Amino acid sequence: MLKQYPTLRFILQRGGWYLLTFFVAVVINFALPRFGSDPVDIIMGMNSGGDPATQLAKKVSFLKEFGLAKLDDKGEVMLDAEGQPVKKGLAEQFFTYIGKTLQGDLGTSFQKYPKKVTDVMGDAIPWTIALQLPTIILGWIVGNLLGALAAYKRGTFDRVFFPLALLFSAIPFFVFGMLLVYFFAVQWSIFPAVGGFAADIVPGFTIDFFASAAYHYVLPFLSIFLISAGGQAIGMRSMGIYELGTDYIKYAKWLGVKETRILLYVFRNAMLPQLTGLALALGGMVGGALITEMIFSYPGLGMAMLTAIQFNDYPVIQGVTLVITTCVLIANFTVDILVAFLDPRVKAGLQMGGN
Amino acid sequence: MKLLRNLLKSPMFVIGAGLFFGTLLLALVGPLFADMSLDRVAESYAPPGDGLLLGADNLGRNYVALLLHGLRNSLYVGFLAGIVATTFGTLVGIYGGFKGGLIDDLLSVTTNLFIVIPQLILLILISASMQEGRSLTLIALIIGATGWTWSARAVRAQSSALKSRDHIALARINGDGTFAILLKHILPYLASYVFMVFIIQVASGILSEAAISMIGIGPLDTQSLGIILNDAKANGALGDGIWWGIFPATILITTIAFSLYLINTSMEGVFNPRLRRE
Repeated sequence: MLKQYPTLRFILQRGGWYLLTFFVAVVINFALPRFGSDPVDIIMGMNSGGDPATQLAKKVSFLKEFGLAKLDDKGEVMLDAEGQPVKKGLAEQFFTYIGKTLQGDLGTSFQKYPKKVTDVMGDAIPWTIALQLPTIILGWIVGNLLGALAAYKRGTFDRVFFPLALLFSAIPFFVFGMLLVYFFAVQWSIFPAVGGFAADIVPGFTIDFFASAAYHYVLPFLSIFLISAGGQAIGMRSMGIYELGTDYIKYAKWLGVKETRILLYVFRNAMLPQLTGLALALGGMVGGALITEMIFSYPGLGMAMLTAIQFNDYPVIQGVTLVITTCVLIANFTVDILVAFLDPRVKAGLQMGGN
Repeated sequence: MKLLRNLLKSPMFVIGAGLFFGTLLLALVGPLFADMSLDRVAESYAPPGDGLLLGADNLGRNYVALLLHGLRNSLYVGFLAGIVATTFGTLVGIYGGFKGGLIDDLLSVTTNLFIVIPQLILLILISASMQEGRSLTLIALIIGATGWTWSARAVRAQSSALKSRDHIALARINGDGTFAILLKHILPYLASYVFMVFIIQVASGILSEAAISMIGIGPLDTQSLGIILNDAKANGALGDGIWWGIFPATILITTIAFSLYLINTSMEGVFNPRLRRE
């Protein structure tokens, strides 16, 4: 099938693979929160204030919305003899969940009732993307350039640079974030400690707003950027040293090929495994960056999740985890395809009909 | 022994191992010398001095005692999580890589499925659903159970490269079963590699526990370096510039992670001579 279009075949294959992973992620998202507790019990046990009758009505509407309780013919939640709702079986709950998720309905927030989970996340997602996407990409590029330079130069530069890069990659994201806040925000008052923009500014397409957002961007950016650059630099350095010792480089040197040209070869060949490495490290980076958001109270998904965790707001927790997993999967898929287009070895493999 | 001699020649290893055993010693011997009680002994955020080497936290508890408890617990979680993740990952990887065929395919598919789902997300989903009963041991087991994937992948590659070696064929002719071969003829070749994986898993276990504790869904009713940091941040130590609430714990966490990374990197250098300094 599609033998004459190896690239398309590859993309479809990988796409199918990630679709399967996505499905597993949805199943996990359904199953894991049920490990320690039953969502029906959580909803029934909630104390939202008000008189018992309105509380019960609110709880019943939650059960109905999340498809956790059985419905009667009229589409109302079935109540047993004691006036308590009748639970749906696990399998039935699961299919309702899948159905709703695929329609993009992630339910209503417990805490911010009646706000939909998708709306809670809609406010947060632009901030997270604005913070994480450029930071991770820039960290990758700068880290790799420095790593390649260290591999090539060795000597003093490497002796100073390498332990430093190692130290940066070992500092946990949240620790580094806290140190930055302590020094730059609290002690020296150079940058603001928390938030995505000043409290007295209304978000909108105004110069004031963007200036304030940029000002608040610096510390979270630095904290993610330096750590991801450090991690990438270490990987690139090892790859670079490895490539520099290969026969083709020795041969090129022996032929008298210019140094810059050799560096280019090394960089090109070492870059591809690094790109694959990026795909693997992405999950960890995104996780770390989420915690960075929490440290800086940055109004993104990490902060939304932290608030949700504090209020046991399961629909939001589940929604955020699903969206983040999906984004990581999409990013991985993109990197996979990129590698296939850039790496002549993978390309050759494709054309020979392998995968 | 030759390996150890080579390692000791690497300054990176010496520094890494020194730092790590230093913190280990602190965790083991510290309680013999310090007062480990967590009662209120001073006012809220009392600064260092007056017999309190590192001051007191917001509840007036001695930071030295808190940090020692926290360090011990963090190391315990790290080691337990590391052992679980490495053992499970190694078993899956070594078996799949050696067996090949359908079993290998199944194991690889499972590994690759879970490798792309961020571990932190899994940890959050599980921990947040458990309102009670989150003990240190349980958290460590959960971290181990969600972190095994990449060690399985790494070990599988090594194991599958070994399977066509002559001595494996000889062992087969000799009548050894699969598990005997895995244990006697493959594992020894991978021992140093598995050890490196273990080191990274310990570091990652400590950092993972600290990360979920920072979010407030770590172990309950106990101390860990992450919990100390979370308490300090939640109770205003960061905003008020209470450095003794933040620095000691951050330094301890970073030192442990950094020293383990140093050990790992220096071992990589010894096993892969090209990385050694010329």
